[in-house]
Amino acid sequence: MSNYYLNRRKFLQGSAVLGAGLVAPTIFSRAASAYTNEPGKGSVVLGFNVPQSGPYADEGADELRAYKLAVKHLNGEGDGGMLNTFSSQMLKGTGILGRKVEYVTGDTQTKSDAARASARAMIEKDGAIMITGGSSSGVAVAVQSLCQDAGVIFMAGLTHSNDTTGKDKKANGFRHFFNAYMSAAALAPVLSQHYGNDRKAYHLTADYTWGWTQEQSMIAATEELGWETVNAVRTPLSATDFSSYIAPVTNSGADVLVLNHYGSNMVNSLTNAVQFGLRDKMVNGKQFEIVVPLYSRLMARGAGDNVKGIFGSTNWHWSLQDEGSKAFVASYGKEYGQPPSQAAHTCYVQTLLYADAAERAGSFNPCAIVEALEGFEFDGLGNGKTLYRADDHQCFKDVLVVRGKENPTSEFDLLEVVNVTSADKVTYDPNHPMFAGGSLGKCNPGV
Amino acid sequence: MDAILLQILNGLDKGSAYALIALGLTLIFGTLGVVNFAHGALFMIGAFCTVTFNNLLSFKRVTLSDTELSPWGTPLEIQVPYVELWFGEFGATMIDYSVFWSILFAIPVMLLVGIVMERGLIKHFYKRPHADQILVTFGLAIVLQEVIKSVYGANPIPQPAPEAFVGSIDVGALVGMAENAVIYPIWRLVYFLFAGVVIGGIFAFLRYTTFGMVVRAGMADRETVGLLGINIDKRFTAMFGLASVVTGLAGVMYTPILSPNYHMGMDFLVLCFVVVVVGGMGSLTGAVAAGFLLGILQSFASMPEVKDFLFGFSIDQVIIYLVAVIILLTRPRGLMGRKGVMET
Repeated sequence: MSNYYLNRRKFLQGSAVLGAGLVAPTIFSRAASAYTNEPGKGSVVLGFNVPQSGPYADEGADELRAYKLAVKHLNGEGDGGMLNTFSSQMLKGTGILGRKVEYVTGDTQTKSDAARASARAMIEKDGAIMITGGSSSGVAVAVQSLCQDAGVIFMAGLTHSNDTTGKDKKANGFRHFFNAYMSAAALAPVLSQHYGNDRKAYHLTADYTWGWTQEQSMIAATEELGWETVNAVRTPLSATDFSSYIAPVTNSGADVLVLNHYGSNMVNSLTNAVQFGLRDKMVNGKQFEIVVPLYSRLMARGAGDNVKGIFGSTNWHWSLQDEGSKAFVASYGKEYGQPPSQAAHTCYVQTLLYADAAERAGSFNPCAIVEALEGFEFDGLGNGKTLYRADDHQCFKDVLVVRGKENPTSEFDLLEVVNVTSADKVTYDPNHPMFAGGSLGKCNPGV
Repeated sequence: MDAILLQILNGLDKGSAYALIALGLTLIFGTLGVVNFAHGALFMIGAFCTVTFNNLLSFKRVTLSDTELSPWGTPLEIQVPYVELWFGEFGATMIDYSVFWSILFAIPVMLLVGIVMERGLIKHFYKRPHADQILVTFGLAIVLQEVIKSVYGANPIPQPAPEAFVGSIDVGALVGMAENAVIYPIWRLVYFLFAGVVIGGIFAFLRYTTFGMVVRAGMADRETVGLLGINIDKRFTAMFGLASVVTGLAGVMYTPILSPNYHMGMDFLVLCFVVVVVGGMGSLTGAVAAGFLLGILQSFASMPEVKDFLFGFSIDQVIIYLVAVIILLTRPRGLMGRKGVMET
């Protein structure tokens, strides 16, 4: 029979071994994973979360094409596209920080809950280190918040609400696309020039964050011109037939209809408005006019002849003749047999900007990426010189005012650029009332 | 007054679609006693008959230009529809009128779809509870929706009306009102007239043909008609096919109003069930009347004056359900419901 006596020395030795055993894995895991989804040496995964169904599915399909092209270029395949014109010149077609770029995709369904669920799956199951995409500001705001909490970077795709980089801004989120305030600021002088300063406007507005801020921005800008706002009616995002909303416009005394709609909503509302003869109407002794503040070529194609002569704004257009735009159009056109949309452009550029920031920072750590992107000035990606403002993570660049072409030469040649409004004309103070109420907070690296 | 006339027209137009779909739904329910949740899918398939026929008619020969380049530097593709190539001006007119031609294409397609749906699946659920019927037909609707999505994609596909029917006319001037007071799209009037013809045709068919009389007798007392040696099942299968055609044609003609998309059937389905319930389960007249009534009410509810009257509260999205609640509270069988239908 043997007796085991636990003396003080043995207790201390045992405690030290046990303690070391418990602490060691934590130390190793901390070293191995200093932030959420830190990639291994072989590859890095990006998450492309786009609407593949719902009212913005057209944009989503084009965004996905652009993302795939960006991955191709980052991995050194194809002609390199805008890698060759980007002023930074850090990207050499060798992936990001020597890792091959891989991607996973998700369908946002143009619904915030579905978008968050697919983004979460990409972060937790697929190890995505950066999430990008979206064609709805409601979705973008929701996913941006999720990425902030999860400790990954969100490079917004198409989102135009002031709130994305206004009251809902987040340190881990960045937006290259322009916003509703910029659209209104760029459009107002052109509207004044063509339609005068004595107009009565009727607004139909998609009832969610983007529509609200677009309506607010347009009302502010046009009322500053001297226009009167007759009515502003909210329409549900799920609406398909807008005839009930259009019919009252004809008897409202308004002589301008502002359609704060996007995607298939805009296609249907504009088609309804033209069907109801609004464009042939004379009201208050003036020709009735329709304005679509946010345009895209894809929507223009859906609306067909109805877009002819109608003014709007756009973030980018394939007819731009700067070297970056030409390189992107050539590359995208050869790959897919069609020119890219503004949604495709902004998504492609966001992917390159993320990759470039990682290269410059020498790390995928979200906080290092944030530091690299804040206040970053670049050129060669279309729209001229661009600044990623540190205060709100919003890009400031030239804004295009476009008009539906009267005599298009092809199914792609639907919009003509009538004015390029310089970045300084659309820049606003970070504390502007339309953007107030939120805070970037601190970058979150996650784990 | 002009605003009221405009909303009435608008309501009649919405109501036309509701009435046509609800009519098909009631034909199926009245004859077979099946609650068909795949009915919206029939409307969608009808719309995609137009897309398919338009695609067939517009099938293009693609050649590459020797001289012109696309914006991305490749030879420019020149696309000419074969029909136009072969028949010149007449071919171009054929493409322009593809919505009307699609009616001829859709009739046999919808008849086949209806008969296959009934014989292949639904007949096995005649004697099962309504809950089972709802589950299986709803599942079928989702399958059909996903099939259309995988073939045609998720995006809406615009289908223009024929050139001669594009634009609008001054309805106000026609009825002696001031010029330009009531401008209304031509195609929506065409849709309303089309719905009137189809609804009239179905009622005449059921009332004045022997086939129709037997079907009506079968709807009233299936067993007795069967005892007279009439194969009522075959006639009811034919009625399912006919209901599919009616609903499909509603979809065909709706395409210039709303670009077809894979979920359009689901968008209409719930509304049309409400229409059928408000009209009275199993009542054809009730379905048509409720379709127009609810269409008009929905149109009026979206007027800014109504919103102002309700202190800024918008009811255009809920008016149909509010009315349904009120009608069902006061008339539990709906406006024209028959005793014994869906009652235990």
